Order: sequence, then structure tokens, then C-alpha cells
Amino acid sequence: MSSEKVMELKGLTRAFRIGGLLTGSRLLAVDDVSLTLAAGEPAILSIVGESGSGKTTMARIMLRLLEPSGGDVYINGRHVFAGANRMDSHEFRRFVQPIFQNPFEAFSSRKPVDSYLYETALNLGAAANRKQAREVIADALNSVGLDIGLVEGKYPNQFSGGELQRISIARALIPNPKLIVADEPVSMIDASLRMNIVNLFLQLKKERQVSFIYITHDLSTAYYVSDYIAIMYRGNLVELGPSDAILTDPQHPYTELLMDSVPKIGEKWDDVAVLPDVETKEYAVTHCKFAARCPYVRDICRQQRPPLVEVGPERQALCFRPVDYAPQSEHVVAAAGI
Amino acid sequence: MYTLSNVKAYYDSPRGPVKAVDDVTLEILPNEILGIAGESGCGKSTLIKVIYGHIKPPLRLVSGEIRAEMKDNGQITILSAKDLPKVWWEFISYVPQASMSVLNPVMRIENQFFDAVSRFHRAGSREEIRQQVADYLKELDLPVEVLKAYPHQLSGGMRQRVLVALATFLHPQIILADEPTTALDVVVQRGILRMLTRVQQAMGNTLIIVSHDMGVHYQITRRMAIMYAGQLVEVGPTERIFSAPQHPYTEMLIKSLPRIGDHSAREGISGRPPSLLDPPPGCPFAPRCPAAMDICTQVRPPLVQTEDDHLAACFLHEEALAAAHAQKEGAQS
Repeated sequence: MSSEKVMELKGLTRAFRIGGLLTGSRLLAVDDVSLTLAAGEPAILSIVGESGSGKTTMARIMLRLLEPSGGDVYINGRHVFAGANRMDSHEFRRFVQPIFQNPFEAFSSRKPVDSYLYETALNLGAAANRKQAREVIADALNSVGLDIGLVEGKYPNQFSGGELQRISIARALIPNPKLIVADEPVSMIDASLRMNIVNLFLQLKKERQVSFIYITHDLSTAYYVSDYIAIMYRGNLVELGPSDAILTDPQHPYTELLMDSVPKIGEKWDDVAVLPDVETKEYAVTHCKFAARCPYVRDICRQQRPPLVEVGPERQALCFRPVDYAPQSEHVVAAAGI
Repeated sequence: MYTLSNVKAYYDSPRGPVKAVDDVTLEILPNEILGIAGESGCGKSTLIKVIYGHIKPPLRLVSGEIRAEMKDNGQITILSAKDLPKVWWEFISYVPQASMSVLNPVMRIENQFFDAVSRFHRAGSREEIRQQVADYLKELDLPVEVLKAYPHQLSGGMRQRVLVALATFLHPQIILADEPTTALDVVVQRGILRMLTRVQQAMGNTLIIVSHDMGVHYQITRRMAIMYAGQLVEVGPTERIFSAPQHPYTEMLIKSLPRIGDHSAREGISGRPPSLLDPPPGCPFAPRCPAAMDICTQVRPPLVQTEDDHLAACFLHEEALAAAHAQKEGAQS
């Protein structure tokens, strides 16, 4: 494993049992996903998908909150879940930090918010004593546009959702992580304040050299903030590439459908488009999961799992169409990576 | 057709009244799709409750007038707020948020239809109603099999379609939809919005849709009301709201939204909406408004016409200044 990668997922799979013990079935929430985030220039990678696409399960695995059923996760070239050289929890938290959806759930209502900041600073070795910790905390708060004097001693209910989310971002910055995994960080934030948080990611990437994995269902903010986008569908990573290329020229039929369905401002919907409905069965199929809804479907799509093929510079799609529906192809790439 | 005049509806709370709908005047027109937009907590869902006549403690109608004209076989009946619950389903109906479970979980869908319909005199025999419901579902491109299903057997999107069918079966004059697609996938959302607009077109009635998503409003509404801190700050044709907003809040909100294909920097609005327990005396947006003047922090701007069919509550428009002066003089004399 080279350490030239901030993060690498190899054949990541996570199954959940649904239904009863005897009658239940397995649901593959994450189905053989490989993805790398290269070191070097920090980048923002968005993982975009609808509810049930597996994006939150992936976030939880990447944050070490959930073990995969199969496959490997490497952070900075080190195993996260298995192996002798496994990264321990302390190391992991210094390298990877989370931001969650609901900032009000991230802080207890009975403790002043700064107590969390001190805990993080002292536990993760960012400071040796409270005095040093205060400096580190002041610096982190400053990075998110807040003054420590206005935060100290206050409780969560004294802040708006937007301010509290800033504080959780500041907390995440304290150990100087190389990667922040943010799971739907703005979906609970008022629309008029949302962009302030999103802009903060851009600013922190530049000023503090931190990479982000931004998990969202919102294509517009994903387009705005990210360098790369990964599109998830029913547990599969179906398309990956630079955000501009993906959203202006989608290669996977699902990405195309998603793009058409976003209620955009300035471009009205065409009223005759076919809108295929959702199929729960899609999780269980071994062939292309989008086949039942795909306008370009051919027989092979219902028989074989589609290959991940190179469809442009730094771009891959999990689809038979770019290789002319050929069963075997030299275009096949082993793992998606950027 | 339906007018709200200076309506104030507050929630009683231990800390005092929460002014969720604070002096709202709005005319709802026949055969239109009206969007109500605003951020969470601005009072838009409460406004929908008031329009629906679903006013139960702790929500209280403090003052103002609600006047609806119900047409039935050429006859017009005038209704006030307290009359509305009697004409739910047939005059005005409500499609709830997708995340809320309003269907009875242990009752087959068809029985929920019977329950809703049998309360009305026009209901025939069970078999007749079954046939009518089946025909209606076919009209809406829904599989008739859903009638035999229990709610949990349907996907979230299908359940929401059933609710739209249920709410529109008796051809109400007004359909209210409160965030009908929030929490649903965008692909499913598009299908449900199309179903709603098709029903509206076929029936020629009024669809009022509440959404925090400006993209949804752009796609389907023809007129919009923008709500901020319990007040309507702008009402106008959807196209003009987006191309020439008349209120700084609307303008800044639209400018803040990122668009696919456009990388130009977007800024959120600094500050935060005021508490509905203690809104500022003047314009509720004044503390965040870069164009605020002295008068904005003292006097509440009235909602006045600034161009054809377009109203705004902002002192940047001379019409609002003139109206405020006239009000003041009227009060003194």
C-alpha cells in the first residue's frame, strides 16, 4: 500500500439483514465499491446519491463507525479494520474527522459547547494543557469565522444551526486532520445560511490543506464545491470523475436521469420525459441495478454485472454502453481513483 | 375566491405568543398554482394550516378575516375559518409532507378511500365507489392493485401518489400540498410534482404548494408568495420573482443558490432570522438587510404593489413609503 493516498476503498461491501431471521434477506447497502482519494493537492470529493444509495453507510465505514462485510479501507496507506499494521483509534481520529448532519445532536444540550472543543484538543494531543488548548481552539474557531470569546461557556441552544455547524467544523479542525468526512452537513441548515458553510469547505481546503469527502443528495452544492463527484446508485458506485465533466456530460444513464430530475432554476422541465419508478428489488440483482429503469438497456445489462470503464480523463462509469455492450473489454479499469 | 385579510395566527407558549402568521393578507385565485416559499420556521406550514381551517390549540386565530367562496352547482356559499373543516375533501383538501404517516397503517388503501368518501352525500354503494376509485386511479396512471395494499407495502413515492389521489378524488376547488416531496428522491419528486400539476390542469382548480426548494417553485408554480419571519414580504408572478425580485430578501436568497454549470461564488445571507417570539418592530429582514434605512427598523413596511400583479413589503419602493405615511396620517386624524 502506498501512502500516496489519503484514502482508499478496495472492493468495499456492506450487507444488512432485513426482515425476519428465517424469512429475511440480505441487502447490499454498499456493493463492491473501490475508490481512492490521492494525496498531494487537497481535494473535495462529493459522494452523491439518493436515500438508499449506500452513501451514509459508506460514510460510517469511512469514519470507522461501522465495519465492512467485505473489502478493505486504507487511510494514509494503513489498514483501518484489519491487519497487524492497523491504524489505532487515536491515530485515526487525528487523521480523519467527521461532521454530521444535525449539529444539535453532535453536542449535548447540558454541556457548554467549548467543553467538547477542549476534550478534542487534549485527547487528541493537539495541546498539552488547557492554556495551549485554548490557543488551538481559538485558532480553529477563527478559521470558521467565530471568536472564542463569543463561544466560551455557551450552550448549544444559544446558537443557530448554522453557528453550531461552524463550531462542529472548528472541532473537527483541532487535530489538524488531513481528511474531513461530512455527511449531509448542510441539509438541516437554513437555505440562506447554507452557502456560508459550503464556502467554508472551499476556504479550509485552501488555507488548512484539508481534503473533504462531502456526502450529499444535493447535486447543486456538490457541483459548486467539489473537484470530483462519485455517483452512487443502490450500493454501486456508477460514475466517478471531475465534477464539471460529470454534470455537464454525464456518461451513466442514472446520472443523466438524476440531472434531468433536479428542479433547476432557469431551465424548465420537459413534460414528456419518461420517469421510471423505484424498484426495491434492484438491491438484490447481480446484473446492472439500473437496467429496469434504463432507456438504453440491452439484454447483456440484465445478464452480467457491468464493467467499470474509463470514459474520459479521470472518469469512470459502471456501464456497458460506453464499450458498445461488449461482454469483455480492455477498457475495464480495476478501481475508480482520482 | 379565497381571501385572507390581515390574518394573525399565533401559537401560545409559556414564553409568550409565537407569531407564526403575523398580519398576512393574501388573495388566492381560481385555477392557479401558487407557491409559498420560505426557510424552515418562517411560518409557511402554519399559514397552510390557517388556509385549511385547521386551527387547534396551541394555534390560535388572533385577528383578521378569512373568506372563502365555495361554488356548488352554481350556488356560492361564503365560508369563514370555522366553516372550513366541514368542507374538507370536497372544497379544500390537504396533501401532507411525505415524511408524515397519515395513512392508517392497519387499513387497506381502498378502505381509507371509502372512509374519506362515504362521509359525503354523493357516495353511492360500496361497489359503485370501488369502481369510481379504480377509474380515478387509472386516470392518474396508478396501478389499481394499490387499493388492496396496506400502506407499508407501498414505497414512499407510491404512498405519496395515493395521498394525492385521495386528496383530489372529490374534485376540491383548492388543493394544499405542504412540502409534498421533501425526503423523497428527486426522480420520484419529479413524478409526484407532475402528477399534482396534471390534476390541477385537468380540474382547473387551485393548487397551493409549500416548499423550501426554490427550484420546485421555478418548475411548477405560476405565482409565488415569499414568507419571512411570519410575514409575506413579496407576492408576484413566479417568472418575475426570479427575474426581477422586488424584496432584498428574495433577491439575496435567489442569488445565494448554487446552479449546476455556474461556478461563480455564492454568498449566504449573514445573520439569522429573528425569533417569532419577539420579532423586531420594523421590517423583519432589516437586521440582515444591506440596504436597511432608519425607517426600516422602526416602521413595518406595508405590502404594496410595485409592478403589475407584483407586491412587495419594502421601503426601497416609494409606494411603500407613501402607504406608510398615509397609514400614519390616517391613524392621527
